[in-house]
Amino acid sequence: MEDIKEMVRKYVISEYLDEGENITYDSPLISSGYVDSFSMVSLLVFLENKFKIKIPPSKATPEAFDSVNKIVELVNQYINK
Amino acid sequence: MSNFGLYEERIRDFDWSIAEKELEYKDGNILNIGWYCSDRICLKGKADKPALIYEGFGNVKKQYTFNDIRIAGNVIGNFLRNLGIRNEDRVCLFMDRIPELYLSFLGTLKIGAIVQPLFSAFGEESLFIRLENAQTRAIITQSKHLSKVRKIRDRLPGLEFIIIVDHNITKKLESREIPFSLDESAPVENLDIYPTTAESPSLLHYTSGTTGQPKGVKHVHYSLIAQYLTAKWVLDLQENDIYWCTADPGWVTGTSYGIIGPWSLGITQCILDAGFSAKAWYKFIDDYKITVWYSAPTAIRSLMKAGDDIVREFDLSSLRHLASVGEPLNSEAVIWSIKMFGKPFHDTFWQTETGCIMITNFPGMKVKPGSMGRLFPGITGAVLDPENYEPITEPGKIGLIAFRPGWPAMMRTYWNNEEKYREKFKNGWYLSGDRSSIDNEGYYWFVGRDDDVINTGGHLVSPFEVESALLEHPAVGESAVVAKPDEINMEVVKAFITLKPGFTPSPDLELEIMNFIRKKLSPLAMPQVVEFMDKLPKTRSGKIMRRLLHAREWGEETGDISTLEND
Repeated sequence: MEDIKEMVRKYVISEYLDEGENITYDSPLISSGYVDSFSMVSLLVFLENKFKIKIPPSKATPEAFDSVNKIVELVNQYINK
Repeated sequence: MSNFGLYEERIRDFDWSIAEKELEYKDGNILNIGWYCSDRICLKGKADKPALIYEGFGNVKKQYTFNDIRIAGNVIGNFLRNLGIRNEDRVCLFMDRIPELYLSFLGTLKIGAIVQPLFSAFGEESLFIRLENAQTRAIITQSKHLSKVRKIRDRLPGLEFIIIVDHNITKKLESREIPFSLDESAPVENLDIYPTTAESPSLLHYTSGTTGQPKGVKHVHYSLIAQYLTAKWVLDLQENDIYWCTADPGWVTGTSYGIIGPWSLGITQCILDAGFSAKAWYKFIDDYKITVWYSAPTAIRSLMKAGDDIVREFDLSSLRHLASVGEPLNSEAVIWSIKMFGKPFHDTFWQTETGCIMITNFPGMKVKPGSMGRLFPGITGAVLDPENYEPITEPGKIGLIAFRPGWPAMMRTYWNNEEKYREKFKNGWYLSGDRSSIDNEGYYWFVGRDDDVINTGGHLVSPFEVESALLEHPAVGESAVVAKPDEINMEVVKAFITLKPGFTPSPDLELEIMNFIRKKLSPLAMPQVVEFMDKLPKTRSGKIMRRLLHAREWGEETGDISTLEND
């Protein structure tokens, strides 16, 4: 569980944050502007590639992507299927 | 009662001098948008009225009166002038929607310099292209965007000043970088406003076309006349309104109606500088009792997707008038807004080049869901036959949307590109690049673009610009970029790619290419889908047939393929 969380957090930091910025597992991502709605698509592709899952578009909402914890919660629904 | 009144009466009695009189402007007078949006409002007795109510990330809240924004504009203008910035120098504003963005806009105009607002999500290459084209002398930015500027500054010898509004002392400044803090600056009560006149340049907004690099649309201070009147009549802004324009000033809506329109009318406006979420938006409306809301179809469709229940968690009864811009507003969204808010979104049609609203559903008039509405008084428009550029008189027949030049907010040229500017005119008509029909009551019905430009979430993306950037990726051999239909954004970017020898298609490579464009250009330009192909369809002369790929995406007829290269 921790591995997935850290993997997602590291990816978000490396891809979407500026130099020197950091986030926790609960930091807002969408509502803080770190990840916008267009960039969310690349984050979705990352999750699908990395965890070999398919997340339906209806579940890929700004609310579901708003923190690392929420993303992991979503990913787990599909990993365990 | 709306400000607009009856359409027939407005059309009959219309003259742009209506706005000139209300603004007490006479031909030949000094005309400076920065002064009109702040000093003049204070002189009208509204110095203590809230002008800007700001809410940013982390629940940061700030509020400025019209006197505050007048003084802040003076402070910034004075700072720039002391650096040596002169009239008609280009000053780029490269910031998130923080108060300094709006206040720098006023300060730059007050000293007669030209504002070049750029969307802060632009990557370094998008930024470079626009700064180089404009020969920008100064950029005002935030620490968080500094790394992008640093990557390109050596290629921009004319960029003399990199001004950072939130400099953190722990970060070492480098060559040409200058810290500036509005909060720590001494107030400047009086500033000599540069005596700009009607035709003095005010703004350079960059827009994308099918071919070539983005073009700098040059506007002048006289645009105020049209932006003031359209904000009053179309957005129906009235003395006690609390107004929210959701557009970023990196785009023309964010300046014409996110700064100039409301502030020249002395209206209080709210800014939410946070990412999109339905809950946050509704809460913002509820918290500040927003009365007039100007947004975009993409946002409205995203709100629809979030569901109806969430709307009911908030008190949105303050909303009095709703309008939309950026792309066609589908009838479902209009019907939904009537159901949820008790009133329709009023579509407005205009462009970076037109500078002001041209076609709209007016307050108090019948809204035909799915229609763009009717021409604003004083605007002569038509749909033209693409064969001979003559107006089509038959209702319902599709043609090119065109306007007779001469309205106050029309662009004056493309920066350093007079040739492209002239290409926009045929038979004395300005061609918008969009197609529509007109019904027998004069309502326009949008059909689509007349070129390959991609309208994603209300923003134009040039396929050429994305294709050029794609070729810089080490794995990409050839590329073709087209619009793909999208439920929320109307269109998104799709890239067809052939790979260089030694590279193999894979999901990871697709993601790598997506991120490459996102960082280099912008999240808007990022292909949301990448399709790897063995070869791209080409004409026998070797030109990639983008049209064929576009037709395939949209399920349309492919048309004439007689020039298609054989296998």
